[in-house]
Amino acid sequence: MKILVAIRQVPSRDSQLSVREDGVWVEEEDLSYEINEPDAYALEEALQLKEKQGGEVVVLCLGPESASEVILEALAKGADRAVHIEEEIASSLDSFSVAQILAKSIQEESPDLVLTGLQSDDMGSGQTGVIIAELIGYPHATIIMQTEVQSSSVRVKRELEDGWFQHVTMPLPALLTIQSGINTLRYANLMGIRKAKTKEVRQVSCDVSTLEEGTKTVRVYLPHRQKQTTMLEGDPAAIASQLVEKLKTEARVL
Amino acid sequence: MSFILVVLEQIDGKLHRSADEVLAAARSVSLLKGLPVVAALTGKGIADLAKSIHADRVIVVEHDLLDAYTADGYTAALSQLIAARQPELILFAHTYQTRDFAPKLAARHRKPLISDATSVRVEDGSLVFVRQLFQGKLNADILASGQTVFASIQSGAYLAEDTGNLETTVETFTPQLNPDEIRQKPEAPFRDSDRAVDLSSANRIVAVGRGIQDQDSLSLVEDLASALGAEIGASRPICDNGWLPMERQVGSSGQTVAPSLYIAVGISGAIQHVVGMKGAKTIVAINKDPDAPVFEVADYGICADLFEVLPALTEEIRKSGN
Ligand SMILES: Cc1cc2nc3c(=O)[nH]c(=O)nc-3n(C[C@H](O)[C@H](O)[C@H](O)COP(=O)(O)OP(=O)(O)OC[C@H]3O[C@@H](n4cnc5c(N)ncnc54)[C@H](O)[C@@H]3O)c2cc1C
Ligand SMILES: Nc1ncnc2c1ncn2[C@@H]1O[C@H](COP(=O)(O)O)[C@@H](O)[C@H]1O
Repeated sequence: MKILVAIRQVPSRDSQLSVREDGVWVEEEDLSYEINEPDAYALEEALQLKEKQGGEVVVLCLGPESASEVILEALAKGADRAVHIEEEIASSLDSFSVAQILAKSIQEESPDLVLTGLQSDDMGSGQTGVIIAELIGYPHATIIMQTEVQSSSVRVKRELEDGWFQHVTMPLPALLTIQSGINTLRYANLMGIRKAKTKEVRQVSCDVSTLEEGTKTVRVYLPHRQKQTTMLEGDPAAIASQLVEKLKTEARVL
Repeated sequence: MSFILVVLEQIDGKLHRSADEVLAAARSVSLLKGLPVVAALTGKGIADLAKSIHADRVIVVEHDLLDAYTADGYTAALSQLIAARQPELILFAHTYQTRDFAPKLAARHRKPLISDATSVRVEDGSLVFVRQLFQGKLNADILASGQTVFASIQSGAYLAEDTGNLETTVETFTPQLNPDEIRQKPEAPFRDSDRAVDLSSANRIVAVGRGIQDQDSLSLVEDLASALGAEIGASRPICDNGWLPMERQVGSSGQTVAPSLYIAVGISGAIQHVVGMKGAKTIVAINKDPDAPVFEVADYGICADLFEVLPALTEEIRKSGN
């Protein structure tokens, strides 16, 4: 079975973000990056499926040159090869554009199963996988917490709201968007890291001017606080006594 | 004449709780653009439910193959409705079901979907949506262009409003569906097991997030909870790591809680967490990042290292004899 995993590089979680001079995206100069969290779980799921029934795991990433690091990490964890669609402005593209670009490469690979994360930490649109499924004509399911691959179909456990779940079966080839927590992540070991450097990374270019029109970001800015939060200051002991006092006399919850 | 189509969600003949919020968002645009608000309700045997919807008109999209929700079925049915009626704006509540099919529906019309918007306004005749980036650390203004705009509205972004008794007219739209085009075979929804802890009735909750860094440090949170006689809750990553059981997860995929006191420790305040706890009477947030979105919902904020604050706070609570 050929499994393709779409991974996105996102700024590390503790990044200090600032708005870029043109006001429509963030300053990327000094950021460090990591694999988007649910994508790491999607990769792990692909690796476990491959270990169970054989096949190949291909990683697909649309990103600037710096994305070669997260690609290498995925190869070190056990992916067989990668396709890197290089595009410097990738992170600020909207999901409709990203999906159109990724869909083209996926069609060329024609995998049996496509896994994406359910949502990116930076853009947060939660759509790319679902749009790809429509563009390439695969059935799909979202927010997946378990997969069972059968001979020509896949049965998945979908997360619903408020702690509910549902099983859904669909024919292969199919696309699934994976939720964090579906499995336990592995770390890359030294052998994997060494081997990764010998694996194939195919560089592909793309032409964003040929895409159908997406959404237009006109301004990015810090949200202003709506609620008046009482900030408590001082050393830890002083903060603690102020808080207990306020919870007793102001909020009356102690 | 053009109109705003609000795609509503029902399960087992009941409207999703988001319905009145997305209708309120639609009405705010309706006032600015002078467009009527038409609701679409998809399913089977739902005509009675349609009468209770506060919209100028309700279209019941009915078919045997729409009895159980599937992404393929809903996309095919609503796509036919949109092609036939040509709404100018199509609004959804950003629910899990919307996540599952709305991007597909928009893509079928070769359109982007503006997802999880927190507000919408009109500027020079065009719609401008606000959405969050970087898990709420930044906002973006998104300009919608073109004839047909698709957008979903974040839970809690608009308040359900009392519109009194609106007389609404109900009509039926019957899509042409073919069983072969519905590839997903859904089974009945279920809950994993009976929950051993019911956080929804807890009076005090201390909730822990990824700021706690490692499993051993959870004892700091346990100490504070025991001093307060509080239950322990958690954000998703803590449960994903297996540090605490899933049933302690607070948020859109976990429990919805409404204690009198909620202390969020090392939690950033992503919307999926906030929807589960914003009903708490008093919220305290401890976070070292002054820009953490959790401070937006907190009554009392402590911008400091939790490893310093927690022991001091536990001791102070013990001293105060609570
Ligand atoms: C469909 C969907 C459903 C989801 N459902 C849920 C859900 O039900 N519940 C849920 O919680 N999440 C849910 N999530 C995930 C959610 O989007 C966030 O990723 C998650 O809530 C983040 O958890 P966190 O705040 O603990 O971690 P992070 O976002 O990593 O935040 C950690 C915080 O700790 C602070 N910190 C770090 N060190 C310290 C220190 N020493 N002292 C003080 N502060 C410190 C940091 O400043 C940061 O703000 C869902 C996501 C999706 C897409
Ligand atoms: N630039 C990208 N390269 C590869 N995969 C991506 C990219 N952007 C988004 N994805 C995939 O689409 C998922 C959802 O992203 P989003 O729609 O932005 O929330 C991510 O979890 C990734 O799996």
